[in-house]
Amino acid sequence: MQRSTLKAWFLVHKWTSLVCTVFLLLLCLTGLPLVFWEEIGHLTGADPEVAPAAAGAQPQNLDDLVNQALAQYPGDVPLFLGWDDHSPSVYVNTGARPDTPPPEMHTAILHEYTGEVLPAPQFNEGVMYFIYRLHTDVFVGLPGMLFLGAMALLFAVAIVSGVVLYGPFMRKLPFGTLRTGRSRRLAWLDLHNVLGIVTLGWAFVVGITGAINTLAKPLEQAWQTQQLGEFARRYEGRSRPAQFASLDDAVAKARAAEPGMKPAFVSFPGTGYSGDHHYGVFMNGDTPLTERLYRPVLIDVETGEITARPQLPGYMTTLLLSQPLHFGDYGGMPLKILWALLDLLTIAVLASGLYLWFKRGSTEARVTEIERAGLVADAGAAR
Amino acid sequence: MSRAPNTPRSPFIAPAWITVASIVGLVSALIGDGVFDVVSWLIFAALIGLFVRAWIKRERTREPKR
Repeated sequence: MQRSTLKAWFLVHKWTSLVCTVFLLLLCLTGLPLVFWEEIGHLTGADPEVAPAAAGAQPQNLDDLVNQALAQYPGDVPLFLGWDDHSPSVYVNTGARPDTPPPEMHTAILHEYTGEVLPAPQFNEGVMYFIYRLHTDVFVGLPGMLFLGAMALLFAVAIVSGVVLYGPFMRKLPFGTLRTGRSRRLAWLDLHNVLGIVTLGWAFVVGITGAINTLAKPLEQAWQTQQLGEFARRYEGRSRPAQFASLDDAVAKARAAEPGMKPAFVSFPGTGYSGDHHYGVFMNGDTPLTERLYRPVLIDVETGEITARPQLPGYMTTLLLSQPLHFGDYGGMPLKILWALLDLLTIAVLASGLYLWFKRGSTEARVTEIERAGLVADAGAAR
Repeated sequence: MSRAPNTPRSPFIAPAWITVASIVGLVSALIGDGVFDVVSWLIFAALIGLFVRAWIKRERTREPKR
C-alpha cells in the first residue's frame, strides 16, 4: 500500500474514532444494563411475578381487561394492548388522547386468566427507563436518535478503516500478538488490535443495526403514511368512531385469519399504527425470527370485519430484524452474557484507542510504524 | 495445492474468519432455538477465547537494552 494511501486511512480511522468514541462509550455503558433489563426488572421487583394459569382456565375477555385498565386511569382512552411472551399477562397502555406519546402513557398490567390488576411501575419511569433514554435519544427525541445513529455510522467507518490498517501492521506478526513487556504504548496498541479484531464482526453488526434502529420513527411514519394511508383514504371525511366493536371478537377473527400466528399486540384507532377506523392486530410467529416479523390484521372498529392483512414493506422488515441483532435478546441467557462480555471488550477497544490518541506522537511516525509492520512500534513510543 | 514455504499468510485471513463466524453466530440464534442457540454461544465463546488465548500467551519479557 502506498504511504499516501496508508496515511489517508490512518487519518480516517483517527478522526472517525475520535468523533464517535465518547458517544460510543456512553452507548456501550448504558447498553450493558439494558441487555439484562428483564432480569433486573425481576430482581428489583419492578416487573410483577405472575402466577401461572390454573389448569383448564380460559383467558379473560379482552374487552373486560381493557375496561379494568381504564378504571385505573379515569378519563384515559386505550392505546395498545399486548401479550407477554414469558408470562400469562397482558399490558394495556392508556393515555389522555389517542396520539399520546410513550413518555406520557399509562400502563396497567393484568393477569390474562384471572383479570387481576398486577402491581407494576410504569414502563416510562425509573432508573432503567432513564438509562434507556440515554441510550436511545439522550432525552431529546428524534434529533438525539439521529445524532446517535450518525455516531454509530462513524463507528462502522472506524471499524472498516481499522481493519485496513490492521493488515499492513500485522503482516509480519502472528495473529494475537500481545507484547506487554515493552513500552506501555505498545502494550495498549497490541491490545487495541487484538480486541478490535476479535470484536470486529459483532461490533460492526451491532453498530449498523443500532444506526438502523435510530431510524425507527421516520420509518414507522413512512409506513403509516404509505401503506396505512392507502386504507385510511377509504374512510376520508368520516370522523373517528366513538363506539368500538368488540376487541375480543376482533382478535379472534385475526387468529382465524392467520392460523399459524399469535397476536403480539393490538393498536387502537388514532395511535398511528392502524388509522382512525381500525384495530391493528399485529400477529407474529413463535420462532426467534418470525416473532419479530409482524403481520398486521386491520379490523374495522365499527363493523368488526377484517379490512386488510397488508404485508409489511421491506424497510419495516429490516427495522424489525435489526432490533434483536442490536439488543442480543434472542438466544437465551448465555447469549446475553456473551453479549455483555463483547460489550465490555468493545469498551476496552474504545478506551485503548483513547489512550493511544493521548500518546499519539506525529501522524508520520504512526504511519511509519504501520509501514514497518509493527516491528518498530517501540521506537514510536519514545518520540 | 499447498502453500509455498516462506509465503507469508495474509493478515486479513483471521479478520475474515472472525467476521464470517460472527455473522453465523448472530444469525444462528435468530433462525431457531436449541442447537441454533448452542452454535451461537459456541462461536461467541470461541471469539472471546481468542482474546483470552492471546492474553495468556502475551510476551511479557523486556527486550535487552542495547
